[in-house]
Amino acid sequence: MKNKVTNILLAGVGGQGTLLASEVLSEALMLAGHEVKKSEIHGMSQRGGSVTSHVRFGPKVHSPLIPEGATDILFGFELLETYRNLPELRAGGMVIANDLKIIPTTVGMGKDIYPADIPEKIRAAVPGAKVINGLELAQQAGNARTVNVVLLGVLANCLELDEQIWLAALRKQVPEKFLAENLRAFELGQNC
Amino acid sequence: MTKAIFSGNEAIARGAWEAGIKIASAYPGTPSTEILENLVNYPGVDAAWAPNEKVSLEVGIGASFGGARSLVTMKHVGLNVAADPLFTFSYIGVRGGLVLVVADDPEMHSSQDEQDSRNYAKFAKVPMFEPADSEEARVFTRLAFEVSEQFDTPVLLRSTTRISHGKSIVNLEEQVTGLPEPCLKRDPAKLVMLPGNARKRHPLVEQRILDLERWGCSQPFNRIEEGVGEVGVITSGISYQYAKEVLPEAHVLKLGMVYPLPKELIRSFAARCKTLYVIEELDPFLEEQIRAMGIAVIGKEIFPLCGELTPGRVKKALTGAEPTVAYPLQELLPGRPPAMCPGCSHRGVFHTLKQLGAFVTGDIGCYTLAALPPLSAMDSCVCMGAGISNATGLTKVLPAAEKSKVVGVMGDSTFLHTGINSLMDLVYNQVPATVLILDNRITAMTGRQDNPGSGYTLGGVSTTSLDLEALCRALGVRHLQTIDPYDLPLTRAALQEALSTQEPSVIIFRRTCMLERRGGAERRPPLCVDPEKCVSCKACLNIGCPAIEWQVEAGPKGKAVVNRMLCVGCGLCRQVCKFDAFGAADEK
Repeated sequence: MKNKVTNILLAGVGGQGTLLASEVLSEALMLAGHEVKKSEIHGMSQRGGSVTSHVRFGPKVHSPLIPEGATDILFGFELLETYRNLPELRAGGMVIANDLKIIPTTVGMGKDIYPADIPEKIRAAVPGAKVINGLELAQQAGNARTVNVVLLGVLANCLELDEQIWLAALRKQVPEKFLAENLRAFELGQNC
Repeated sequence: MTKAIFSGNEAIARGAWEAGIKIASAYPGTPSTEILENLVNYPGVDAAWAPNEKVSLEVGIGASFGGARSLVTMKHVGLNVAADPLFTFSYIGVRGGLVLVVADDPEMHSSQDEQDSRNYAKFAKVPMFEPADSEEARVFTRLAFEVSEQFDTPVLLRSTTRISHGKSIVNLEEQVTGLPEPCLKRDPAKLVMLPGNARKRHPLVEQRILDLERWGCSQPFNRIEEGVGEVGVITSGISYQYAKEVLPEAHVLKLGMVYPLPKELIRSFAARCKTLYVIEELDPFLEEQIRAMGIAVIGKEIFPLCGELTPGRVKKALTGAEPTVAYPLQELLPGRPPAMCPGCSHRGVFHTLKQLGAFVTGDIGCYTLAALPPLSAMDSCVCMGAGISNATGLTKVLPAAEKSKVVGVMGDSTFLHTGINSLMDLVYNQVPATVLILDNRITAMTGRQDNPGSGYTLGGVSTTSLDLEALCRALGVRHLQTIDPYDLPLTRAALQEALSTQEPSVIIFRRTCMLERRGGAERRPPLCVDPEKCVSCKACLNIGCPAIEWQVEAGPKGKAVVNRMLCVGCGLCRQVCKFDAFGAADEK
C-alpha cells in the first residue's frame, strides 16, 4: 500500500467520538509525512444520526471523499453503521468493528428491526474482519469513554506508523487530564 | 514553514488573521459557523455574532468605512438576507478590504435548498474566489483582501461543505504588517449612494469587472496543468479534486477566481483541446459563460445539476460506469435519521400541538425535526422568520372555523434573526394567530452558539440578555404567556387558551437546551419503566424520545424500557403515560 492512496472510512453514530478518532488519525498521518485529507459532515446529521468520516493519505491526495467502493479499511464504531458501509469496501479490504449496538429511533419505536448477527455477516463477507469489544477494553483502561482510542489502537496495527508518532498525535488532541487513560486505552487496542 | 492540518473553515480564519483583519461578524450557519468560532481565538480580532446576516455585512461595511479590514461569513441562504447591502456596497467599494465568505451546501446536508451562490458574484458584479482545499482557503482569503483594496470592491469567497468541513494540510504564514490605522474620513461622493452619486459609480463597477477579467488571465490562481492527449477540463473548487481523481491525464484549467472569468486564458486553453469538459457542482455557471464565448463544451448534459459531485458521480457521467460493489448488502437496513435529543424542551410542545390538531408554520432549527414521525407536527418550513409571517398570511385567507388552528413557531435565535419583523406585522395588522417562541437560550442546531438572548458574546463575555417578554409587549402583544415546556398540562392549557383568543397571542416556552455548555440545562436522575404497570399501549412512543426503546420480546405485546445511558429525567414520558408506569429509578 506504500505508493498509493490509502482510504480509511470511519462509520458510527453522532456523539460516539468518531471525530476525535479521525483527528488523532489525520494528525498522526501528517506527522508521518503523508499528504492527508479528511472529510465529514456536521450540523443536522449529528443529532444522533449516522456519521461517517473519510480519511485518505498517500504521496498525493486529490479528492477528500473516498471514491465509491474503494475503501481499504472500514473502521466502524457501531455494528449497524459498519454493516451499512460494507458496500464501500474494496475487494480484499479490511474491517475493524466495535461490537456495540446503538438502537435507531425507528427500531426503538418498534417500527424497524435491528439486523441480527451482524458480526457473523461481516466475518462471512470479510474473513479477516476484527470485531472488538471496545467498551470492555475502555473500562479496563479506566474510562468507558475511551472506546474510540481503544479502536484507534487496533487500527494502528494496520498502518505501520512509528509508535512515537501516535503518542505525539494523542498528546496533541487529548486534554491533559484524560491523557493517561487514553494512552492505556490505545495500548490495550494495540494488544488486541 | 509551519504546517498544520486545518479544516477549510479554520484555514479561512487563519488567512483572515494573516491579512490583518480587525473585525469579523457573522450569524451562525452550517457549514460556515466554525470560521468565527476559530477567529475569536486570534489576538487583535473583534469577532462577534450578529443577529442576522444583513446586520453582519453592514457591520463589516462600517469597519471598511473606517479603513479596517473586515471578514463577514454566512451560509448560502444567509447571503439572500445580506443581499440588500451587498448590491449597493458593490457600487461604493471599500476603504479597508472586505471579504464576504459564503458557504454553499450542495446535497443539502444541513440546509433547506442548494442554491449556487456563484450567481451572486455575477449579479452583484463583484469578484469571487473559490478554493479547492484548505491551503487555498487560507491563501485565497489572504489574497482576497489585497484584491478588495486594489480593485476597490468587496470580494466574495465561496466555500462548500466539502471545503469548509474537509481537512487538509496548510502552511502557516506570518501576519501582514504596516496596514493603516483606522480613522474617520468623509467621502460623500463614494459613501452616500444618492441617485446622483450612484449613477457615477455604476460605470466604475462595470469597468472594474473588465479590469479584473484581464488581470485574472495572468494570475497564478487561474492555472493550466498540462496533461497528455486531447481532453481538457475547466473546473474550480472541490470539483477540481474530483476531476483530477477521475481524469488524471487530462489537461486542466483550474480557476481560482470564478467571476469574472479570464476569457483570453480560457480561449487559448480551449483552442488546444479537442474535447472540453466543464466540471462544476450545481448550476452551469462557468459553462454558460464559456458557451456564450462561442466555445463548445460538454457540461450539464452529462453532469448532474442536483446534489454534490463525488468521484463516482463524475466517473459515471463520463463513462456511464457504476462503481463496482465488492460486498453488496443482502438486506434492507433501518435508517438512522437525526432526532431531538432526550430532554429536548421542544418535544412536549410539538406533542401537544399535534394533539390539538394545530397547523404549524415553522422555520429553521432543531425543532424542524418535529416534522418527522412520530411527532409529525410541523406543516411548513421555508426560511428563518417565516413561521410567524406565514401564519399571518394563512390566517388572513382561511375561513373562520380554521383560523384558530394556525400556529407560527420559531426558536429564540430565529425570532431575533428575522422573526421580530414578522411579529411586528402580525400585531400591527391584528391577525388573530398564535405565535410560539421556543426559547432554549441558545442557537442549538448549528452547535450551541450564543445570541442576543443568551447573555454571552461569542468571546464568552457576559453581556445584556435581551428580554423577550418586554420586547413582545413593546411590539404591542397584549396576550402573552411564559410557560415551562416540561409541564405538559400547563403547556396544553396555555395553547388552548391562545388558540381560542381572537387577537394576536404569544407564548414563550422557556427551558435551556440540553446541549448548552454553561450548566443551564437541568439533568435529573433517569426514569425507569415498571413492567407490571406497562400495558403495552405505546403512548410513550408518540413523543419520539431516543431514550425510550420498545422491547419486542418482553411480554406478548412488548414493553417500553428506558435507556438509562440516554435518559436525562425530563419526565415527559411520565406525563403521557396513563398507567403510571414510569418512575424515578431510586423510588423502587
